[in-house]
Amino acid sequence: MAEAALTHAAVEPAESPLTPESWGKLGMWIFLAGDAVGFGTLLGAYGAVRASSADWPNPYDRLGIALTALMTFLLICSSVTMVKALEAIKRGDRPAVKRFLLMTIAGGLLFLGMQAYEWTHLITSGLKVFGNPWGASLFGTTFFLITGFHGLHVTGGVIYLSVVLAAVSRIHDARYNYMIAEIAGLYWHFVDLVWIMVFTFVYLL
Amino acid sequence: MAETAAHKDPNYMAIFWWLAALTVIEIAVIFPGFPKLVVGTLLVALAVSKATLVALYFMHLRFETRTLGWVALTPLAIGTLLILVLLPDNRAVDHKTADSVKVEAPAKH
Repeated sequence: MAEAALTHAAVEPAESPLTPESWGKLGMWIFLAGDAVGFGTLLGAYGAVRASSADWPNPYDRLGIALTALMTFLLICSSVTMVKALEAIKRGDRPAVKRFLLMTIAGGLLFLGMQAYEWTHLITSGLKVFGNPWGASLFGTTFFLITGFHGLHVTGGVIYLSVVLAAVSRIHDARYNYMIAEIAGLYWHFVDLVWIMVFTFVYLL
Repeated sequence: MAETAAHKDPNYMAIFWWLAALTVIEIAVIFPGFPKLVVGTLLVALAVSKATLVALYFMHLRFETRTLGWVALTPLAIGTLLILVLLPDNRAVDHKTADSVKVEAPAKH
């Protein structure tokens, strides 16, 4: 039977995958597409709630734009260090791979620290999940829900990248390391991409 | 890795500078007091440009198969549909509502 299967495979090759180098990459893309719908729904709901509110505060008057612009810049930098780690894997430069992955993780941790600082400041200023001293209470609800959901993704990304760093440090197979780092990179860049949207819709508009 | 190395790596630093510049422009457009519609349109266009740069070059979508591109674009289509579905609801609201209950800001010490 095994022989028949082999003959069959030779006659009728498997369908060409969308990501020939790894099915994991396709799996990550499909996961990200689903996750993007989740974020899209949150941002769409935010727009609908805001459009029907008469006393929605001007976000950039109440939220710290300078700090969040810095957070945006930080995530962009961490995306660059992530692609630099991939370049280093291609070159076979293992110390550089570890260095760039560590820098990416550090970027994520710094981002989370800044978000914790921002949340603490806003909460002590009176902004709550169910209340807002400057107008519509849903301002607080949507703000904490959307930025919190994104923050959870960053936390997940930091843990994911730490696991990848441990694997890359241990395994000496460049092809395998490239694959797992590229798939983790897709997730990390997605987190950056979503923040670009959150920054625009929640903080600037 | 042969397949992954098949395309030449883009100039990542150039993409980084573009993203940084677009972020600065985003912040710059909210302060001069342009009409709200102009600011909104500019901000959405800038955000979409930044997201496209990240997807095409950092996520390597530019070098992937076209079908994978369609997979990546599906959420955008669903999001657009969602906005279109919500539009009639917003139009149905005669006048915008305001909260009657507000939380008091804590007294400054």
